[in-house]
Amino acid sequence: MTSTPQTLAIEADGLTKAYGELTVLDALHLQVERGAVFALLGPNGAGKTTTVRILTTLTRATAGRARVAGHDIVAERSRVRRAISLTGQFVAIDEKQSGEENLRMMGRLRGLSRAAARRRAIELLERFDLTDAAHRRTETYSGGMRRRLDLASGLVGDPEVVFLDEPTTGLDPRSRMELWQLVRELARSGSTIFLTTQYLEEADRLANRIGLVDNGRLVAQGTADELKARVSGHRLDLTAVDPSAYLRIVQRTENTSRRLHHIPETLTIGLPTDGSAAGVRALLDEADPDRCDLLRFSVHQATLDDVFLTLTGKEPQHV
Amino acid sequence: MSDVLGGLGHATTMAGRSIRISGRNLDALISSMVLPVMLMLVFVYLFGGAIETGTDYVTYVVPGILILCASFGGATTAMGVSEDMKGGIIDRFRSLDVGGTSILAGHVAASTLRNLASTVLVLTVGLLIGFQPSATVSGWLAAAGLLIAFLVAISWLSAAFGLLARTPEAAGGFTFFMTFLPYPSSAFVPIDTMPTWLHGFADHQPVTSLIESLRGLLLDEPVGTAPWTALTWCAGILLVAVGLSGALFKVRTR
Ligand SMILES: Nc1ncnc2c1ncn2[C@@H]1O[C@H](COP(=O)(O)OP(=O)(O)O)[C@@H](O)[C@H]1O
Ligand SMILES: [Mg+2]
Repeated sequence: MTSTPQTLAIEADGLTKAYGELTVLDALHLQVERGAVFALLGPNGAGKTTTVRILTTLTRATAGRARVAGHDIVAERSRVRRAISLTGQFVAIDEKQSGEENLRMMGRLRGLSRAAARRRAIELLERFDLTDAAHRRTETYSGGMRRRLDLASGLVGDPEVVFLDEPTTGLDPRSRMELWQLVRELARSGSTIFLTTQYLEEADRLANRIGLVDNGRLVAQGTADELKARVSGHRLDLTAVDPSAYLRIVQRTENTSRRLHHIPETLTIGLPTDGSAAGVRALLDEADPDRCDLLRFSVHQATLDDVFLTLTGKEPQHV
Repeated sequence: MSDVLGGLGHATTMAGRSIRISGRNLDALISSMVLPVMLMLVFVYLFGGAIETGTDYVTYVVPGILILCASFGGATTAMGVSEDMKGGIIDRFRSLDVGGTSILAGHVAASTLRNLASTVLVLTVGLLIGFQPSATVSGWLAAAGLLIAFLVAISWLSAAFGLLARTPEAAGGFTFFMTFLPYPSSAFVPIDTMPTWLHGFADHQPVTSLIESLRGLLLDEPVGTAPWTALTWCAGILLVAVGLSGALFKVRTR
């Protein structure tokens, strides 16, 4: 047995995945401590699912190494599989089986005895508020119920590390809140959680640490506060007096490449600033030297949206 | 050793799953139970009168209907495998360290059982409408053995088709040629009534040796080497299907 610092649940070192010429994951480095909740945040096509599939041993990386729950994902594949669970981006339960049958099947596949699998199924149904629907085929379940059963299916074997790929995509707000609550409880019980999401709010609310991926690259990593600090802490929003003034301001501030957002509909431009009086005054002079194009301005605390936009150039999804 | 036992345990669980699911799939139940019986009735009552086989036509045609059954069952199996590959459930099974062979073996076991059930149904209805077998006990056993060998082989081949096709509908289509194979054989009409250019194929294709064996065993007539030829075909098909599906599973889950 090889040893690894017992404090790390996931350690990835230069993970790369290419399909032919196309590199979809580029030298990913990350570390997740035991018991932590880590969120991989990124837009559609960023490489989140690819990362999850590599870490859960379902796909081989083209290059790089990783250890999950202390085991090498290639050399000790079976050990990794026994220590983890995966709840994929798409619900993976049988529609023609009842909730209880689905869970008992997972228990049997995890190596539990018939009786133990049944006990575990009943326990999980209770915990995930599915007892009333236990004997109904899952084709009759709502989206939220399916997701809950899907998550429960992953927990049958008491995994050390739980992977959740976009667990709330497509859920209505109420089901999303319920799922967040379940994830928090799971985290409190000591499991390490690696989740992916397109939603900033989700990452902000659930995770201790966030990794921002775009185009297969990890563009930033840290706590939500650390990430916010990357965009100098504050944002100056400028509102132009009319569309032509708006265009002039855009032109004057374009070269600075500091722009956070442009919203033509409201004639608003967001610029990063440290929030100091001197900094704001200098920006105002730069944007509107003749003092006739600007209607009003406001200064805000930077949000994760600003981080996302600055680092990826894309608007993030919203809950 | 524990890997083999673990694999068997997984396969058993997967078989239980497939059996439960197919029992709840109305389309599949109808196509594997009702369709073969209807076809038998069509052959016996609509075509039978015009076909001269030297025996009662129902007695002649039952073995052929049994083989046709197996081919229809194949479509359900291929679609089931394809359906699994489409959703996320294969990833979940693999993350539970369930191997591809166990997953497919589950489908094959369920498919074989489904087909055995429809075999019993066809035989029962056949007996009701005049099928008169005169087999010895060992004849029945040998016929059952051969039929099971064929069901397993054809089920595994269907599973491979399920992996080959990108959609469940296409998977069902891939099994079409299997339902076609019994026609140019001695299943429904004697081969010597077919055009001469077809004799070479009809005499030597896998279904013919199987039909000849089943018919001979059920009617207690000499079968010669036909059962061995049939068994060799089954073993060959099974070997190819297992190899092919193993390779396809790897490709599909890369
Ligand atoms: N089997 C594949 N062959 C080719 N390209 C793929 C394959 N799987 C994923 N990709 C590409 O890899 C990129 C990342 O995909 P994915 O990891 O699914 O992103 P995300 O989960 O962040 O939306 C996408 O551009 C996608 O088209
Ligand atoms: Mg994805």
